[in-house]
Amino acid sequence: MGQSTKRPVWSLAGDSQPLRLLAITLLIFVGFSLVLGDKFFSIRNLQSMAVQFPEFGILAFAIMITMLTGGIDLSIVGTANLSAIAAALLLTRLSGEGGAGVALELSIPLAMVAALAVASACGLLNGLLVARAGITPILATLGTSSLYTGLSYVITGGPAITTTQLAFIGNGAVAGVPIPVIVFVVLAVVFAVLLNRTAFGFNVYMLGTNLRAALFSGIDDVKVLMRAYWLAGVIAGIAGIIFLARVNSAKPEYGSSFILLTVLIAILGGIRYTGGFGTVAGLVLSVLTIQFLSTGLNMLMLELSGSSAAIFFRQFAWGGLLLAVMVVNDYVERRRQRAI
Amino acid sequence: MSRLFRSNEVLVAATIVLLSLVIGLNNPTFFSVGNLFDLLRSSVVMGIFAMGVLIVIVSGGIDVSFTAIAVFALYSTTLILKQSLPDASIGVGFAIAAGIGLGLGLINAFFIAQFRLPTLIVSLGTLSMFHGFLLFAIGNQIIRDVPAAMEAFARSALIQVPLTRGVANLHPAILITLGTIVLVWLLLNYTMLGRGVYALGGAREAAERAGFNVPRIQYFIYGFVGLLSGVAGMTFGSLARQANPQDIVGMELNVIAAVVLGGAQLTGGRGSVLGSVLGVILVVIASNSLVLIGVPTVWQRVVIGLIILIGTGLPALQARRVRQQGYHRVEA
Amino acid sequence: MAKPIVRLAGIHKSFAGVRALQDVSVTLEEGTVHCLVGENGCGKSTLIKIIAGVYPRDSGTVEIGGTLYERLHPIDSIREGIQVIYQDFSLFPNLTVSENIALNEQLAAGRKFVNWAHVRRVAQDAISQLEVHLPLDARVDEMSVANKQLIAIAKALRQNARLIIMDEPTSALTEREIRTLFTVIGKLQRRGIAFLFVSHKLNEVLEISQSILVMRNGQVVSAGQVSEYDTARLIYEMTGQRIAENAYEFTPDPGQPALLRVRGLAVPGVLQDVSFALQAHEIVGVTGLLGSGRTELALALFGMLPMTAGDIEIDGKPAQIRSVQDAIAHGIGYVPEDRLTEGLFLEQSIGRNVVVRTIETLRGRLGLTDPLQVQRQIRDWVTSLRIKTADPDLPVKTLSGGNQQRVVVAKWLASRPHLMILNGPTVGVDIGSKNELHELIKRLARAGMGLLVISDDIPELLQTCNRILLMRNGTIVEEILPRQTNENALAAKLIED
Repeated sequence: MGQSTKRPVWSLAGDSQPLRLLAITLLIFVGFSLVLGDKFFSIRNLQSMAVQFPEFGILAFAIMITMLTGGIDLSIVGTANLSAIAAALLLTRLSGEGGAGVALELSIPLAMVAALAVASACGLLNGLLVARAGITPILATLGTSSLYTGLSYVITGGPAITTTQLAFIGNGAVAGVPIPVIVFVVLAVVFAVLLNRTAFGFNVYMLGTNLRAALFSGIDDVKVLMRAYWLAGVIAGIAGIIFLARVNSAKPEYGSSFILLTVLIAILGGIRYTGGFGTVAGLVLSVLTIQFLSTGLNMLMLELSGSSAAIFFRQFAWGGLLLAVMVVNDYVERRRQRAI
Repeated sequence: MSRLFRSNEVLVAATIVLLSLVIGLNNPTFFSVGNLFDLLRSSVVMGIFAMGVLIVIVSGGIDVSFTAIAVFALYSTTLILKQSLPDASIGVGFAIAAGIGLGLGLINAFFIAQFRLPTLIVSLGTLSMFHGFLLFAIGNQIIRDVPAAMEAFARSALIQVPLTRGVANLHPAILITLGTIVLVWLLLNYTMLGRGVYALGGAREAAERAGFNVPRIQYFIYGFVGLLSGVAGMTFGSLARQANPQDIVGMELNVIAAVVLGGAQLTGGRGSVLGSVLGVILVVIASNSLVLIGVPTVWQRVVIGLIILIGTGLPALQARRVRQQGYHRVEA
Repeated sequence: MAKPIVRLAGIHKSFAGVRALQDVSVTLEEGTVHCLVGENGCGKSTLIKIIAGVYPRDSGTVEIGGTLYERLHPIDSIREGIQVIYQDFSLFPNLTVSENIALNEQLAAGRKFVNWAHVRRVAQDAISQLEVHLPLDARVDEMSVANKQLIAIAKALRQNARLIIMDEPTSALTEREIRTLFTVIGKLQRRGIAFLFVSHKLNEVLEISQSILVMRNGQVVSAGQVSEYDTARLIYEMTGQRIAENAYEFTPDPGQPALLRVRGLAVPGVLQDVSFALQAHEIVGVTGLLGSGRTELALALFGMLPMTAGDIEIDGKPAQIRSVQDAIAHGIGYVPEDRLTEGLFLEQSIGRNVVVRTIETLRGRLGLTDPLQVQRQIRDWVTSLRIKTADPDLPVKTLSGGNQQRVVVAKWLASRPHLMILNGPTVGVDIGSKNELHELIKRLARAGMGLLVISDDIPELLQTCNRILLMRNGTIVEEILPRQTNENALAAKLIED
């Protein structure tokens, strides 16, 4: 015990991960461009990819922040849909056909505030259950996921609520950059600042590394966890607004595959599932990688099989990829441990 | 006997009685033979699943992929029966489904036992992998004209009670569930393997020191759960008289809710067959019969969510109180 | 002449160049209670692990039950009837008492099915051999520590134990429970079972054992029949010659207000009516055996253990300490007992561990954390506390024990506390670092801080503290001035019951 190791900087896996990932991201992009030619490498396809990734990319930040604390939030999709439904409901009631006739300039901000308020409430409830009641995050958020989705059913009665009034966000662009991408980039910057340049971010990493030491260092675990889960909720709310803006409708079961996808993104992006380690750069690269893979695999499968079943191949691939990444990480970690 | 009756089980049983009384007094059809048979029928598949989930949770893990295994086994078996064995009996069908389930379960086991990866994330991955593979490589259309053996099994009845209108049938599939329950009860309580599952969930390191082969126990657990899931899938398809590749997946939450409600703890080592059975009954009553007292079916998922939160929240709060009072006991 | 069970000769063992055991020769005979005494880090646990087959030796011979082992594996050791009862007992909290006792045996017998009647019989039989009462059907997590220990002994017996090794077996037991344990040990000993006790409580050592081994710095420095020893000799053998340090001299001025005043503090079950005061510039030692309430006192002052009675004054003003945050707001810092799990974030960098308390204050533009200020603070503390590292960005787990402890101290000093509580500040720290840490403590006191040093390291207390408070059964029983006592007298007081 306690013998010092004078070995110099063994390649810090935590820090070299984004670099390694950058190489993988580029490799995949170049690979698909070579194999699929201008079907993949074209302005059109780039634009089409750009409007797709922010949906799950934004949600991935919600998984990231909770995973960094050593927990997980499985209710983010439920939260996103419930928020989207709140916004859609308000929009149709206030400004829709046969609605109250409120001007869109007023109803749209109101709808967004409503969505974020609902999302905040969802996040705070998760925080209470995890931080105050001390329920295992997996079960707490599995429970609230059912609760939030259930509430969506109660509100809508099942069918989707349609409104096209946010389409300008979903389809719009500023200087050629789609608005959802701008939202994603802004979030990434905010997250980078939050995690690297605030005490809250610092405490998230420390608490995720060793809860007991955090308590003994005076870190208020309840406060940090409450904030992390609240933040995850708010991000899910933003994702919900993007859902609504992209597909012009809100329904209880939208995006049910996003839980797996965001967990995959987090793990691929080098966020440690036991908490304490992971960077925004890694996450962003991981989001891009997944989008390239998604589009590329889809095109490849369509070309190869020509059947509509190709879309299901992705589902298979995501699961396989998640397991593969975990096995590789495990291998790298074990080798590193031996090296110390 | 005290081993059987821990307070949690008594609590769940009392809730069942209370809920039944409330529903029954408001709507007497609840106590009709027809409704009881319906409830039993609804519990058949969930009961089998619950036994698998119980074993996993007792061992300290969690599995969300069992529904994908079930639908995979159901759909593939139906195809095999239709295409290659049209005259095979239903028993053959169950055997094939169980075999497929076992194989898929061993894939879970491989990742969990070999690499010591977290069970939730592994099973999230295999859930997607198994379901995706089924849909993309095996088939994504509903099979409505199921093989004759399945059709016949679907129509069979164990008990028939004539009612004023029609007959109430008790389906023999209930025997599969009962068999599974007895088997798992024997396994967990009367075999060293079963005690190993409890030991692993209670204190992994002590289990290793005691000489349990932990990876081998994990291979057994996830393989057996896969097998049970295959059987459950086949049962589901037989009752529904169709093989729909989009069915079953999504049910996992209800099953986990039932088992957790029955006193199994995600931290491992705790949980009983009786508790899980009671949990299943409560969840089935809550999701099937609330409509009888005027609670719309759209509330189902809300109820399931609340069941999970209450079922986990109360013990967690209790544990937290004990921990706070006894902090000094944690002395190095 | 009793038959030897274990015979070790000329054992050497090193870890990464650090010598843990040097030329150790030990013979353990059947039907005998052997006691192994020595200070923390003297090599006791390494020796036990070599006997249990957990660590391979570097050189020397191991003979167990008359067989010479080239390479002793844990399974060989168990087959020879050697059972180590670790402090965590290796029990299953979720299983019943009877199952815990019988499980290993059933497993070793290769059984496939459980015969509950048999399990009960086995457990009943083992328990009746101990002549104690234990509820067979109760779950182990409902049992007291003393009962868990008896369960562990019963389990060991069922595995044909010939030598039972126990690590600090009496530390968490009440006087009555200790009597029960000793009675049980006496019975088993008459049946030929040998024991190896590792203990700090010297009077108990002298009472229960027939044979004594004293270790110091990886060597057996003294061994013999119990009749050859008394407390004074044991202490002398354990401590040996020490590097002399200058004692810390300070006489509190009764006219000055106290930095900390505690009156009638109580925590149910662990602390009662604790009262004392501490002035600035003072280093007050708190000592007592494990379970005397010394750690609980620190936890209560640090807001981690809710107190039910008593009041605390800080700088003459009443203070409410209900949480760690309250304690910190009142300028209290705490260096915890278990550095690895409570003091440090092992996988995070040295730098992050240093600034964890102060990150809130190191802000620049827009209220954001200023990396330059962070770097500067890290550099300052690494330099001023002489933390030996190539790069503060390395994980703190790459440091040696002494340097790790400096990081924990730096973390608190950075936040400028008025009062520091240090629990076992030099446990697992090499002798050089130990002296430096002691000097640091004295320097802090001279600069005006008040310090509470919790320790059972007697020389440490005598050399660093100007007063020592002795705790027993959750309360302070005596105040001792270092210049009016010596090592032997203090040691005798510590172990007095």
